[in-house]
Amino acid sequence: MTTPATDSRGMGYLESLPRRAVMVYLPLGVFVFVLLFPFYWMAVTTFKPNAELLSREGNPFWVIEPTLAHIEKLLFQTSYPQWMWNTVVVSVVSTFTSLAASVLAAYAIERLRFRGAKQTGLAIFLAYLVPPSILFIPLATIVFKLGLFDTRWALILTYPTFLVPFCTWLLMGYFRTIPYELEECALIDGASRWQILVKIILPLAVPGLISAGIFAFTLSWNEFIYALTFISSSEVKTVPVGVVTELVEGDVYHWGSLMAGALLGSLPVAILYSFFVEHYVSGMTGAVKE
Amino acid sequence: MHRLFDNRNTLGLLFMLPAAALLLVFLTYPLGLGVWLGFTDAKVGRPGEWVGLENYVYLWGDSVTRLALFNTLLYTVVASVLKFFLGLWLAILLNQHLPFKSFFRAAILLPYIVPTALSAIAFWWIFDAQFSIISWVLTKFGLIDRYIDFLGDPWNARWSVIAANVWRGVPFVAITLLAGLQTISPSLYEAAAIDGASGWQRFWHVTLPLLTPIIAVVMTFSVLFTFTDFQLIYVITRGGPLNSTHLMATLSFQRAIPGGALGEGAAIAIAMVPFLLAAILFSYFGLQRRAWQQGATDR
Repeated sequence: MTTPATDSRGMGYLESLPRRAVMVYLPLGVFVFVLLFPFYWMAVTTFKPNAELLSREGNPFWVIEPTLAHIEKLLFQTSYPQWMWNTVVVSVVSTFTSLAASVLAAYAIERLRFRGAKQTGLAIFLAYLVPPSILFIPLATIVFKLGLFDTRWALILTYPTFLVPFCTWLLMGYFRTIPYELEECALIDGASRWQILVKIILPLAVPGLISAGIFAFTLSWNEFIYALTFISSSEVKTVPVGVVTELVEGDVYHWGSLMAGALLGSLPVAILYSFFVEHYVSGMTGAVKE
Repeated sequence: MHRLFDNRNTLGLLFMLPAAALLLVFLTYPLGLGVWLGFTDAKVGRPGEWVGLENYVYLWGDSVTRLALFNTLLYTVVASVLKFFLGLWLAILLNQHLPFKSFFRAAILLPYIVPTALSAIAFWWIFDAQFSIISWVLTKFGLIDRYIDFLGDPWNARWSVIAANVWRGVPFVAITLLAGLQTISPSLYEAAAIDGASGWQRFWHVTLPLLTPIIAVVMTFSVLFTFTDFQLIYVITRGGPLNSTHLMATLSFQRAIPGGALGEGAAIAIAMVPFLLAAILFSYFGLQRRAWQQGATDR
């Protein structure tokens, strides 16, 4: 293989161009193609007229006569706009509720260091590991007893079960990086804990709050099993559940409108994500690294 | 009054209250209730009577449950192994000096952030028996002469849902491992190169040992979420054909919600817990031993 002398620049063994093309660009290209193809396919199908969808002739990778018929059907002949609105309301309310609860909890665990703070932190982490597919049956009976079945409240109140542990854990990591001295100075100046939290800690933790908020919003937007179990009327459904349960009619699948529903339902999170990629990535890796 | 709010214990409890209330009512209590339901014959609309281990005895002898357990283990093992190797490979590729690196990184994470239920519908369409684009391409290249029945044949269906799961999971593994790779100091590679280590040796003796802790955490999460997966299967196959893709989670849903047998469904869900605990303990102790071998000075 290569000799140590030519090799002293770190990843030098990949330097020559043809070799680099085969070792790096080719596999990377395949990865990107495979990972993004389903989205391309969603988009192409959305704008294809039915005649093109059901023909095996011609080039399926392109649209010859683009049409908005599928999107039109989705917006005017189904409850799709209503599902969109439900998803927005549920995601926004549960995200802000969870963020507020998590900020207080994380500050208490990380900074007030009350008796049992360490154990509480561990319990929060363990709560994060409890998957929704174990909880949905007992939660369904609780939601029913509380009279919340088939309402948006059922989702707004149950989504924090996975949002609060995640956000608290993430914010604990952020709060840990803020120097204690700042707080001590403020305490000496006579500030109360509440003032310290609002005027010193929160402004410094804004990137962490954005990470946690974006992540929580996407998690709520994408949630499926609770929304599927706790909601039965079309007017209260969220986008993922509405598309899966209501747009599939009988044996003939309306692929055009199904794909339009999938595409439009993915766009809000994709757009939000594109604005906050760095926050999103740091939220994801931060939650794992701690 | 003011004095009371300055006491860190009182204030701490006060601050913990909203989060603790939410989690106790909607997480801890249901977890306990789930365990209890598993020991009862509760049906929808009828509180159950205690039946002891009856549900578990019945499920142990039930061929569909056994098949679901087999499917879940196969799904978890195959998908996790693939996600690990492909994710590590992708992370290493992204760790090179590349033009448009941040664009690549952002694009690659897309499968992870869009709603899984919705991307699963796209896979359902890609795997369609009559109009599958994969079959179309393979036919054009003359590799097959009949369209593949991706979701109609038990083993085809299993591989198809595993492929969809790997597609969704690789970005998460890749991006978190990339974050781990970026913390490894280049001077270590230089030192290894001076000692005459080949590229492969540097990977094996420098990269991998330093990456082990984060690999353990990432793969634990990956295994947990693959083992309890629900959406992909529910959307793409609903457990079919002939229950050959039913996982524990989808079977538990089917028995409890459309089927109405809450007790039995809860028992299936609770039966997943020992496997999850085993995965967590395995990674926890694996991680501990590793840290101890490396001197464990940083934590």
